[in-house]
Amino acid sequence: MQELMSGNEAIARGAWECGATFGAGYPGTPSTEILETFAQYKGVYAEWSPNEKVGLEVAIGAAFAGARAMAVMKHVGVNVAADPLFTVSYTGTNGALVIITADDPSLHSSQNEQDNRNYAKFAKIPMLEPADSQEAKDFIKLAFELSEKFDTPVFLRTTTRVSHSKSVVRIEPQAALEDRTDIRHLPLKYVMVPINARTRRVEVEKRTLALREWAETFPGNRVEMGSAEVGIITAGMPYNYAKDAFPEYSYLKLGMVNPLPEKLIRDFASKVKKLYVVEELDPFIEEQVRAMGIEVTGKAVFPYTNEFDPGVIEKGLTGASSAPAVTLQTIPPRPPNLCPGCPHRGLFYALNKTKAFVSGDIGCYTLSYMKPLAGMDSCICMGASIGIAHGMSKALGPKGKGKVVGVIGDSTFIHSGITTLLNAAYNRSDAVFIIADNRTTAMTGMQEHPATGYTLQGEKAKELDFEALGKVLGIESVEVIDPLQFKNTTEVLKRELQKDGPSLIISRSPCVLLMSKKAARAKHFFTDPEKCIGCKVCLTCGCPAISWKDFEKAGMPPRPERKKQKGIAVIDATLCTGCTLCAQLCRQEAILREDG
Amino acid sequence: MDKDMENRVKSLLLAGVGGQGILLASDIICKVMMEKGYDVKKSEVHGMAQRGGCVTSHVRYGKKVYSPLARKGDVDIIVSFEKLEALRYLDYLKAGGLVLVNDEEIYPPSVNLGEADYPRGIYESLRAQLGPDHVKVVTGPEMAARAGNRRAVNTVMLGVISRFIPEIGVEDWKKVLAKMLPEKIIEANLKAFDLGRAA
Repeated sequence: MQELMSGNEAIARGAWECGATFGAGYPGTPSTEILETFAQYKGVYAEWSPNEKVGLEVAIGAAFAGARAMAVMKHVGVNVAADPLFTVSYTGTNGALVIITADDPSLHSSQNEQDNRNYAKFAKIPMLEPADSQEAKDFIKLAFELSEKFDTPVFLRTTTRVSHSKSVVRIEPQAALEDRTDIRHLPLKYVMVPINARTRRVEVEKRTLALREWAETFPGNRVEMGSAEVGIITAGMPYNYAKDAFPEYSYLKLGMVNPLPEKLIRDFASKVKKLYVVEELDPFIEEQVRAMGIEVTGKAVFPYTNEFDPGVIEKGLTGASSAPAVTLQTIPPRPPNLCPGCPHRGLFYALNKTKAFVSGDIGCYTLSYMKPLAGMDSCICMGASIGIAHGMSKALGPKGKGKVVGVIGDSTFIHSGITTLLNAAYNRSDAVFIIADNRTTAMTGMQEHPATGYTLQGEKAKELDFEALGKVLGIESVEVIDPLQFKNTTEVLKRELQKDGPSLIISRSPCVLLMSKKAARAKHFFTDPEKCIGCKVCLTCGCPAISWKDFEKAGMPPRPERKKQKGIAVIDATLCTGCTLCAQLCRQEAILREDG
Repeated sequence: MDKDMENRVKSLLLAGVGGQGILLASDIICKVMMEKGYDVKKSEVHGMAQRGGCVTSHVRYGKKVYSPLARKGDVDIIVSFEKLEALRYLDYLKAGGLVLVNDEEIYPPSVNLGEADYPRGIYESLRAQLGPDHVKVVTGPEMAARAGNRRAVNTVMLGVISRFIPEIGVEDWKKVLAKMLPEKIIEANLKAFDLGRAA
């Protein structure tokens, strides 16, 4: 049977088909749907862990117990999980451990464009890289087998285009399951004190040599001979781009990108006149091929940055593009924006007015750095907001009093904000810290977390209490606000900024997408064209439901009595959720609630 | 598989704004193609794009498809669910290609703020560049309302698209629509499809 599947759905399906029973991770585009889909299959355990490090450790435990386990994360998540990663490479896995890293060339939804193939080489862990959904399903199964065969964690790397493209996949039934879990006491293998780790270190090198040999005959590393004029070594999605542009050339398509099959590469290189490596991001394969003493062209003609497409390959190989020249008109950009009714809008509108330095974090609310909200000054990585605010406040001393704020989302706070808030309390920070608590992991599509009260598999859980946690960590001043109450939000911010010592404000209002049914029933707002004086204050909150219309577009005659007024603000009733923020900002009482 | 199927891969580019049902529409196209025996791939970007930003979905089908992304100058039909977005990806259209536009304006932030004007004369500009026969404009929201479901604009657009994919019969589309949509909205959506197809 055939089905149309995304790469992520195919990975989940393949894991289930081959008897994987365990998955842990943290949501992150483009990886999120892997665990979401896996969690739906019968007979599996799947969890959202607070962060990727915890997720990997949980999966290591499951693998030590003999299960087939996977840890799932986006590329930057591997940075968080790097500490256990480098050492589980030494201990090996007993059962199977597959780490899925979903990279994001072109930074569609990420803060950097790191190439996680480097982690495979760095941590001495084999890495498979599928090129489409069918391979994603096939390779996840191979990854589990490889992990058991070589007693090693195995990486499966996707990119956004593999994870989020859909293609045709052959569905198979689940393999017969045999419970191999048990407690095995192997302290010399699992207790990584120096004396044991030195022994395991040698085993890692032996394993790498064995894997190199295995890679030479691995069917996923395949040669497709065409014209001998040009040979292309490639892997993952770029294989498809190259085949699309130049089906006539010869290919060495690598399914395993670490370690590389040296003999196979030498043999392929000897059969073609001109050798290229086609790979996105770093010259990972290219440099290793060159180190073999083989003449090869790669980044000399292909870009280091951004994802490729068939046009990029064509331009790299021929120096020109066959696309007809079209002059694109300059048109207004359409960046993503906070939704109408988003509670973050109220918080960041108020923060902008404080003129403080706002150290931000990762989530929907990062969008508030853009005009007109302009409510954020920095964003580095998950959890960085609090530490950066604390460090800045300490460095500024009295000059920074009342001028430094750290803002972090609820899920991000749980991910990696707790220890850093503890640090701020312990080291007596003078900054104000805000948890923008919208009761969900909104950016990645509404995943549960420890403060929502539900698990990934829908079971009721004990809710984390942010107020109590703040107190226990040592923050004396803890306040809860509704960010859509503009006056109160402004007052609390002002008061807390003036206090000595660290403050915690929990800005709590559920994500408008969680509330969509309620929002649809809510009474919408409209502007009274007679009362609107065209001051544009309501527009400064950047709500997509409010737009500026000049008199002509609004179908109104000009007003000779108000010479300066050129038009009015208009609210789109189909977008308005009735959050009331704009009505609170309007000084003319020109924004009114619909009757009925 | 149809006898007249060529080896050539055909590409569609669906463009619009988050929330317009573009991803479901491209899923339906892929399903139709798969059921007719074509190899098919599609690609889009999730995540930040959902927050009111641009959304695009590439759909490619043929005997054997490698790349889920079309290259510039290689798209047979651009389907724009929003008027302005028809201009944004025009460099993807091949010579002699077709642009189908849903006549609906959704303002980007700079227009909402009154800092930029929503471009005027978009259809005239498209027709001048591509030739009048290569641009088709339909009033999706009005047709969807007439069909009894205002949210069925994406199905109206599928109806429009279906006219220009002669290798697929109308029943093949309807079979997949009936399979993929919730039962209570099927009737209105089939009507929306017919209105789009007849437009």
